[in-house]
Amino acid sequence: MPLRLIRYALSSKHHEPRMFTTHDRMKSSYDVVIIGAGGHGLAAAYYLARDHGITNVAVLERGYIGGGNTGRNTTIIRSNYLTPEGVKFYDASVNLWKDLSAEFDLNLFYSTRGHYTLAHTDSAVRTMRWRAEVNKHYGVDSELVGPDHVKKACPQIDLSCAGHAPILGALYHAPGAIARHDAVAWGYGKGADMRGVEIHQQTEVQGLDIQGGKIVGVNTSRGYISTEKVLSAVAGFTPRVTEMAGFRTPIFVHPLQAMVSEPIKPWLDPILVSGSLHIYISQTARGELVMGASLDPYELHSTRSTLDFTESLSAHMLEMFPFLSHVKVVRQWSGMADMTPDFAPIMGKTPVEGLYLDAGWGTWGFKATPISGKTMAHTVAKDEPHPLITGFSLQRFADFALTGEKGAASVGH
Amino acid sequence: MSEFVYHGEVRNEPDSETCSDSEWTDYVFNRSGIPAVKKEWWCHTPSNIWFIAERDTAKDHVLRTYLYGEGS
Repeated sequence: MPLRLIRYALSSKHHEPRMFTTHDRMKSSYDVVIIGAGGHGLAAAYYLARDHGITNVAVLERGYIGGGNTGRNTTIIRSNYLTPEGVKFYDASVNLWKDLSAEFDLNLFYSTRGHYTLAHTDSAVRTMRWRAEVNKHYGVDSELVGPDHVKKACPQIDLSCAGHAPILGALYHAPGAIARHDAVAWGYGKGADMRGVEIHQQTEVQGLDIQGGKIVGVNTSRGYISTEKVLSAVAGFTPRVTEMAGFRTPIFVHPLQAMVSEPIKPWLDPILVSGSLHIYISQTARGELVMGASLDPYELHSTRSTLDFTESLSAHMLEMFPFLSHVKVVRQWSGMADMTPDFAPIMGKTPVEGLYLDAGWGTWGFKATPISGKTMAHTVAKDEPHPLITGFSLQRFADFALTGEKGAASVGH
Repeated sequence: MSEFVYHGEVRNEPDSETCSDSEWTDYVFNRSGIPAVKKEWWCHTPSNIWFIAERDTAKDHVLRTYLYGEGS
């Protein structure tokens, strides 16, 4: 440890400023209230302040910053979706991601790794080819590759997957990346805070004040706030907010679990996903393997973990990587995924004037953080949906105009 | 977990001949997403017996189970 560094740590002249301002009290009124200080809510606050000059904004969070699904996902960023709406939207997100570290002056450990979605059956190969063609049409770097391509990128893999699920090919997406998820919320939060947005943690929204079909305020655990615009960005808590607002949505909540191994020597460069084996895996900058699987099979509003999950995910991991049998799992956790019937989000205006929804993020929300913030900020500021999200409106269900994204969900749901 | 399989909340289908479009889309797509004690369809896979469970979806506690038509 260089002594010169210690000198800076002890000197009062070089103190590290706090990342967020602490506000003793809330104002009685704000131009916009955002419910949820996760990545999405904070990104929307950031772009409202930066791009639209709306800074009289409060972000209310019942827990702590980034403590929900922002800090519970497996950090994968990609844009090789199936529908034109999805591909355009997520590609715009990837383009924003690349510049975020510099924009925030905060290292997000954004690391471009290349992303393989493995195909173990003929029908999966067909879907991969379909996705590759849609992706290429919209200028996204995406191609169907053979098993040799996978083996070259990851020599440790057992291509036969213990003999019963041989890898026939893969969709290869070179821009696929991972990033440090907490830092994303901190970066957006800090940027919003610097521009005058107030972030209030430990502040729970308990009711919406709606008069004549229009939002006029919110009741919180710390008192009443009047406002004409409310953005709900609360993922698995969305049904509770829409219940307060008095309308129904197709959203249903299932837990999604994940786990992480002890740090080991770097060996896995790309991100690997297998729908058939229900796994996705990547290795972080500090050597941990981050692993996820499919949704829990029934509705539950809880973040409990199960041994079933750890056992079945480990078994599938060993089919693909037998040499991992001695690696220890050190942590597992769960998040509440707000699922939709067509695996696309629900974004934009609602039946209540002044209430905007950024929801239905299920298992695909982290990668969308920058673009959802940007498009929702536009939607809230202008009171009309951003062109990129018109396919994601709540109204699409009443119109029977769904955005069928299921084919691109990484892991079978 | 796989001995019992979840098949969603018990919902009453409106008469498609007489209901309005909005009632029908509400039935097809919308769900009661909030945590509550709900009546749900479950199936015991080894015996293929379908039954209804009343379950607290916040705590994952099953309060009652009964066969269709036998509960209140």
